[in-house]
This record gives sequence, C-alpha cells and structure tokens, in this order.
Amino acid sequence: MSAATLTRQEAMEPQKPLAAMTRPLLVVLPFLVLLLAASLLPDWAVQVPKGWTIPFVDWANMVFDHLRDDAIFGLFSFRDLTRGAAELITWPLAFVEGLLVSGFPDIGIAAMPWVMTAGLSGVLGWYLRDWRLGALAAGCVAYMAIFGKWELSMITLSVVLVAAPIAGLIGFGIGILAVKKQWFEALVVPLLNVLQSLPHFSYLIPIAIFIGVGHKAGAIATVIFAIPPMARLTILGLKGVAEEVREAGKMAGCTRFQTLWMVEIPSARQPLLVGVNQVIMQCLAMVVIASFVGARGLGHDLLFRLQALKIGQALESGVAIVLMAITLDQLSRAAAHKEPSHLAPDASLLQRFPFLAASLAVIAASLLLAAITPYAQAWPSELALSTAPFWDALVDWITVTLYDPLQYLRNAMLLYVLIPIRDLFQSIPWTAMVALVAAAGWSLGGFRLAAIVSGFVLFIAFAGYWERSLITAYMVTVAVLLCIMIGLPIGIWASRSERRTGIAKLLCDTFQTFPSFIYLIPVIMLFKVGDVAAISAIIIYAMIPIVRYTIFGLRNVPQEIVEAGITSGCTQRQLLWNIRMPLAFPEIMLGINQTIMFALFMVIIAAFIGTKDIGQEIFRALTFNDAGKGLVLGLCVAFMGLTADQLITAWATRRKQKLGLAG
Amino acid sequence: MSEAKIACRNLWKLYGSDPAGFLRRNHNNPSIETIRAEGYVPAVRNVSFDVMPGEILVVMGLSGSGKSTLLRCLARLIEPTSGEVMFEGRDILAATEHELIDLRRHKMGMVFQHFALLPHRTVLDNVAFPLQVRGTDRQKRERRAREVIELVGLKGREGYYPRELSGGQQQRVGIARSLAVGPDVWFLDEPFSALDPLIRREMQDEFLRLQKVLNKTIVFITHDFDEAIRVADRIAIMKDGVVEQLGTAEELVTCPATPYVAEFTRNVSHDRLLSVRAVMAPASSRKPDAAAVQAQALIASVARQVLTSERPVDVIDDAGALVGTLTRDGLIDALYGKEQCA
Ligand SMILES: Nc1ncnc2c1ncn2[C@@H]1O[C@H](COP(=O)(O)OP(=O)(O)O)[C@@H](O)[C@H]1O
Ligand SMILES: [Mg+2]
Repeated sequence: MSAATLTRQEAMEPQKPLAAMTRPLLVVLPFLVLLLAASLLPDWAVQVPKGWTIPFVDWANMVFDHLRDDAIFGLFSFRDLTRGAAELITWPLAFVEGLLVSGFPDIGIAAMPWVMTAGLSGVLGWYLRDWRLGALAAGCVAYMAIFGKWELSMITLSVVLVAAPIAGLIGFGIGILAVKKQWFEALVVPLLNVLQSLPHFSYLIPIAIFIGVGHKAGAIATVIFAIPPMARLTILGLKGVAEEVREAGKMAGCTRFQTLWMVEIPSARQPLLVGVNQVIMQCLAMVVIASFVGARGLGHDLLFRLQALKIGQALESGVAIVLMAITLDQLSRAAAHKEPSHLAPDASLLQRFPFLAASLAVIAASLLLAAITPYAQAWPSELALSTAPFWDALVDWITVTLYDPLQYLRNAMLLYVLIPIRDLFQSIPWTAMVALVAAAGWSLGGFRLAAIVSGFVLFIAFAGYWERSLITAYMVTVAVLLCIMIGLPIGIWASRSERRTGIAKLLCDTFQTFPSFIYLIPVIMLFKVGDVAAISAIIIYAMIPIVRYTIFGLRNVPQEIVEAGITSGCTQRQLLWNIRMPLAFPEIMLGINQTIMFALFMVIIAAFIGTKDIGQEIFRALTFNDAGKGLVLGLCVAFMGLTADQLITAWATRRKQKLGLAG
Repeated sequence: MSEAKIACRNLWKLYGSDPAGFLRRNHNNPSIETIRAEGYVPAVRNVSFDVMPGEILVVMGLSGSGKSTLLRCLARLIEPTSGEVMFEGRDILAATEHELIDLRRHKMGMVFQHFALLPHRTVLDNVAFPLQVRGTDRQKRERRAREVIELVGLKGREGYYPRELSGGQQQRVGIARSLAVGPDVWFLDEPFSALDPLIRREMQDEFLRLQKVLNKTIVFITHDFDEAIRVADRIAIMKDGVVEQLGTAEELVTCPATPYVAEFTRNVSHDRLLSVRAVMAPASSRKPDAAAVQAQALIASVARQVLTSERPVDVIDDAGALVGTLTRDGLIDALYGKEQCA
C-alpha cells in the first residue's frame, strides 16, 4: 500500500525535460563506458576467466548420477522408479494405437476403418461448431489416408491423445493445489516460469537418462512438456472466477469441496478448456521434436527426411503435421467456445443427444462400408497419392531460378550485417552486460528486480558458456530487430480495418499452431544451413506475437481518445503517431517480449541446421546424454528469456499505470 | 418488543498488514486520519445496529463506502476485524464452519449485484443449487425450484441458460435461488444496480410485492437514494465505513444528523416523502371535522386542500380518531424550510 502511494507521488512530480532524459542515460552510461573502454579493462573484466567458472554442470551431474545409480529407496534407484512409471504409459498408448491404426492382432480385432476415423472427426467438428469445421476435420483425416501418411499420422495422433489428458490432469491438479495452498503457489509459480522458458531439448536429455530412448520416452517427454501451461492456465482460470460467484456458492451453503467442484471449476470452464487447447498444441509440438529421442510418427519421418535433405518428402510430412495441428487446434478451440443452450421441452431423443446419434450412425455406416470394400478399411498403398514430386519440382525450380539472388542475399547478410553484429556482441565485456541489466532492473523495479535480473546474467556468465550465450544473444537480437522492422508495419497496416484485422488474426492463429520444427523446412529449402537460415527461421516464427500484439494494442486504444483526436483535427498520420502509438506502446512491448521468447525457442531448435551457439551445445549434450550440461544450458537460455521478460513486463506495467490503462 | 433478528455491535473491518493489532494498539477506536496515515483501508468502522424481524433495513452510501463489506461481515463471508454479530441471538462469529454452513443452508439467502449465476447450469438447476448442496433429492428440489421460479415470474424459462436471459431475468433467477431454501433473512447487495432504470423500477415493485407475501427480515444495499426511499423501513447512510445516520426516510430528510446526510437528502422532494403525520401539530381530543385528512397520506396529496383552507385541517388515523391538525404555515415550513427536529 505504502509503496503504491509512493510511486503515485513520484508520478505526480512535474518532470523537467532534462530530468526525464537522465534516467535512461544513467542506465546505459555504465554499459557504454565499459564497452568503449574494453581495451583498457583487465582481461578478467572482459572475458569470464576459465578459473571462475562455477561447476554447475558437475553439481547437476552429481545429482543426476545419484538419482540414476544409487538406491535411494532402499531397493531401487530413482531411475528404476521412473522407468517403472514410464511402463504405465505403454498401456494406454498401445490401446489407442491399436484402435486407430494397428488393430489388436492377439484378439483378432482390426483397427478402426479410416472412414470411421474421418467420419467421427467430422461429427465431432460439426457438433462442436458447425458443418464446416466437421468438413475440415474429416477432410484432414482423409488426407492422411489418401496421401499415404496414415500410419505415421495415427501414431503421432495417438501419442497426443494419450499424453494430453495425462498432462492436462496433472497440470490441473497442480493448478488447483496452487490456488488452494499459498505456500505451494509460492513454490510452484516461479518453477513454472522457468519450466515454460526452458527449450524443448532440455526436457529431452533427462528423459533420455531416466526413461531411455524410444517411442515411450518420447511420449513421456511430451506429457512433461505440456504440464506447465495447463497448471498456469488452471491457476489463472480459478483465480479469475468472480468473487461474487464464489460467495454465491458459500451462501448456498457449499462446503469447501462443493465450492471447488460445483462452483469454481465449472465457472472456470472456458479458461480451463483454453488450457486444454494449449496442452494439445504443446503435445503436438513436442511429439514432433521428441523424435530426437526416438518417438515414432510424423516427426520422426520429417526429421529423417530433413537429415537426408529430401526436401520434397519432408515438405509432405510437414504438410501432414500442419493439417493435424490446424484440425486439433480448431476442434479444441471450438470445444472451449461452445456454449450450452436450452432445448425445447418436447425435444426428441435425437435432439437431446445429437452427437451420440450421429456417431452411432457413422460407426454403423463405416463398418458396413468396410465390409463391402477393403478400400474403406485401409487405403491401399499403391493408390496413395504423393505430393513429393510436386514439392521437389518446386525446390528444383527455386534452386535453378533463385540460386543467384538467394546466394547473393545470404552472403550480403552474412558479410554486412551478421558478422559485424556478431563481432560487436563478442566484444562486449561481461561486466558491461551485468552493469546494463542491473541498471535497467534498478531503474524499472528497484533493488529487488536488479538483484533478480543480474542474478540471471551472472549465472550465465559463471556457468562457463558465456561466449556461446553471446552468440545466441546476437542471433536473437538480430532476429527480433528484424521481426520488429517487418512485424510492426504489418501490424499497423492490419489494424487499419476490421477486415484486415480478421485476416491477420486468422493467419497468426494458424501459424502459431504449427510446431516450431516445421519452420525449418522452408528455410532449408531457401538457404540450406547456417546463420542466415537459422535467423530466417526465427524471424518467421517469432514474427507472430509482434504482429498480434501490435494489432491488439492499436485497436484497443479507447475509442473516446481517438475521437478526441479526430475532433482536434488530427490527420490519419497524426492520429497514429500522436495518439494510437503512444497508447498502444506498452502492449507492443509485451508483444516484443513474446517475440523474444519465441525467438529463444526457435534459436535452440535451429541448432539442427548448424548454428554455433548454446543450442548447438545442448544438441551435443543430447547426443552424449550429458544431462547436467543440458540442464545448465537450458537454464542459461531460460534465464536469458526471463531477464528480458522481467524487465519488459516491469516497464510495460509501469507505463500502463502512468497512462491510466488497465494493467 | 421482540428480539432483533440480526444485531451488530462495534463492528470493524480494516484492510492492511495487521489490522487486528493496529485496532488493539489504538484502543479499538482509531480516528480515520490515523487509519489512513498508517496505510490501512477503512471498510467498516464501529458500526452497531439491530434489524428487527420483518424489517427492511436499507444500507445506502456511495461506492467504496463499505456497504458490501458490512453486508459480508453480517453473513460472515468476510471475517470482521473486531466486533460482534448476533444472528437470532447467537454469536455468528463464534460459529464453527459446520454451523455456518448449516445456517446458510437454512436461514440465509443472498442476492448479488452481478447476479453470480452459474453459467453451466440451467435456470432450474441454478435455483435448485442451494437445495442440491444440502442433499435434497432431485424430485423434491426440482419441485421446490419450479415453485420459486413461478413466484418470480420466470415460468417457462426453466431450461434456459443464464446467458440466454436478459439482465432483469437473470436477477430474477438470482432472487429465486436466494429464496429456494426459504430463508428467514434475506441479504441483497445492490440487486438492481446493474439494470437499466426502467427495469430497475419494475424489479423494485416486484421486490415489494414479494416481500408482502414473504415478510422476510431484509438487509438491502443500494447506492441510489430513490431506491432506498421506495423500499426501506429504515435507512442507514454510510460514509467511509461509518454509519452516519440510521432512521426512517422522513427522519433523514427532516433531521439530517450530519452535513453529509443533509447533502444527500437535499434534492429529495419532501412532498412525496413526508406523511401528514410527520408535519402535523398535535391536537386535543375532540370530534374531527368532516373534511379531515388521513395521517399516513403523503403531503403532496393533501397540499391543495390545506393550502386553500382558511382554518387548520384536521388529521385522523385509520380508525377515524383525531390525531392532530395541519395548518398552512406548518405545511409551508415542512416544504420550504425551518428545521423541525427536536
Ligand atoms: N479485499 C480488499 N482489500 C483491500 N481493500 C478492500 C478489499 N475489499 C474492499 N476494500 C476496500 O474497502 C472499502 C469498502 O469497499 P466496499 O465494501 O466494496 O464498498 P461498497 O460496497 O460500498 O462500494 C473500499 O475502499 C474498498 O477499496
Ligand atoms: Mg458494493
């Protein structure tokens, strides 16, 4: 309370123009001095001395080794326990896989005919929204069958169908506990923050150690990866239940348990279902990447073909993944937004249970069809269509016609932009970086924030991977700057009319559902491997949030203020630069924050196409099963993201308060 | 005199880091300046009153004056910082969680400003909800729910979901839900504030009609003085957590205890609020005039007769006995000035 009063008084002070400039100046001054004086500084202040490295990696490995080898529960080690627990997932996995594709040969039952899967997906889509979603869902499933991706896609789908409910339930439980027990929340929320900023690969290494490699391990990795978003959205959803509704429950005489199950959880249905949507999409993203530890399915296929540089076939798998992503996203979104409505009192059984009725009809019809023609049971492989030749032709065409300009572009980028910036970054003394971050933290959030963010940077510095981190930072910085240069104008353009906004939002929504790995395909196609390819992949992927937030910020400027501007005689341009932009700026900064997060995720995945940064080290740690190193490197990446996140969020919150916008 | 249904004594609710300790350090009576200076938020300060059976007590005040907090302390949805709340002579602050749940399941009903309906339940299930949580079987609770739904005029909408109803209809559901268990005490927190003015009046009439049938003990919160006058038996005016004055509408208008209350009541037209009884002069017993007026009539309705009459007009009660007289001067004083407080 007193802190709030203080800041308010501070905000009231008339600011002299000079005083307004001193703050940012004070923040960058130490940094600039240290940077410019780098050649005068002693060596230890420029490069982190080798001897100063704190053996985080060894400590982490000690813990891992202990967990792996020592019998901590008397008879068996932690690893035995995790391996045992992992066995449990094989049951539902085998069941769903049997249902969808492999059948149950032991008891002589065949898998569902593909027409049944397509039909049921269609019914689901129709029931959740309308016949168009139904057609989309059925069409996508049919595509998998007809284009020869049936087995792979159904294996991937079964991992998602098994992993998502498990992850959802665990996350849901964690969320409930956090809302009900304060100490647990204090414990789990910071942990969730870190977990959500850890790159995908960091999850894979411990999995490889404690579970092993293979399809099962991939499924487990998928489960674990998808827990944090569900937990977070559960907390958000339950806290978002209006106090009045909770009180209405209490006044009705609910016990605590009844309040939770009958009032709070049902009232938070929509945010919870949005959480389920997130879980499903995270599962899909992870199951593609989990192919690195041996998960089967479309991801494995894609990885294999990319490694063999068979771009056409890789694209074919990529398209299948994209279609699956769109279908799953649309279906789960529709479920979240479906609202109950009343029935006529004399409704027939058919009207009461339309979903059940239609499903039964589809099942009966497809069984009948499968009995008549084997084509309905399994699409014969000799009739499978393939788009690979088409894609290959496209790739050939690009190589032939665009080779020179692309090569030129790539070299020019490298020579005139990337290499100079990289050199600049590598010349930054670590002390300057710490000074910059600490000063920014101090100016935005006082001592506490300064301590947190400089703690992050110091961890990175002393973990022993400072140079690699600088390369990561350079790639992310370049990519984010380019994202802003391209994304901001797109966002401004799209915010101009309702129609454009609609189109842009649809595109953003769609692109965001694609597993990040997909974005490597086109850049490999254009630029092969290396920094330019990596940065291009990051740009495509990380552009989404900046566009989205720019549109949102600009369109949510209070209409009255805009009208005040119009009646003061502002031109369109003046409206944009004097009214809309300043008011939308905090929101846009939050978009940039997200863009940084996305960029960090992507830069690690881009290690696959030969970068030389932290991602490459993580990649290597994965190959050598070095869990300690993988974890520490993952934390380095997470802390980079969190540093930016903490600073930008603090700034945006303050700025919004000053502007009197809701925080 | 019968016993008060609800009574609160020296009720305090402060928000801040250590409100109880702060209150104790200041001998249970800190001034508002001290409270603010130490960074506490005064929500309810030293409030005491009784609510009699069958009475409608309206708590009136601007937003942030502590009305909702006061009401929630009475229902113990919020723990007061200090003070007593008696419900039918029992100390509700000493009740265990189990007793409290029991009390709410049988004796209390509450209506909320933003309706607070459960979005996933139909009207019928929303209204039956309090019965469901106390374990009434489905058939019984649905029968009772249908009864109450009919009472609030929503028959035919049982199968609808809240979002399919208008604001006024949603609040009718809220009212029906609060009545489902047949409570003795009815808490209403700005029940009509979220509605359009026209609907609001309609709902006020509806509320008065229901109360005529049900005769509950009511604490009714509002920030609208006109609404307070329409529904109240007595009105408590709150400011910064304190009850500035508690009395009938007439008392508040004719004898405001503080400048704040006076400010509030200044724009109320007295002739539509004051009864003849409030402004008449006492008379010795004799046979009343043939042209006598009723004591409980509003003065607006007799103004013409009084102002055109040369002589004082006799005032009679329900039974026809003379209770006083009303002169031209008396009426003018009542309308245009001259304090009449004792
Ligand atoms: N949980 C809370 N924490 C801090 N202050 C609160 C809390 N709830 C209410 N208040 C403060 O208590 C005062 C009274 O609030 P309330 O009872 O809701 O007022 P009303 O219903 O008259 O509008 C307000 O100043 C409000 O800001
Ligand atoms: Mg209130």
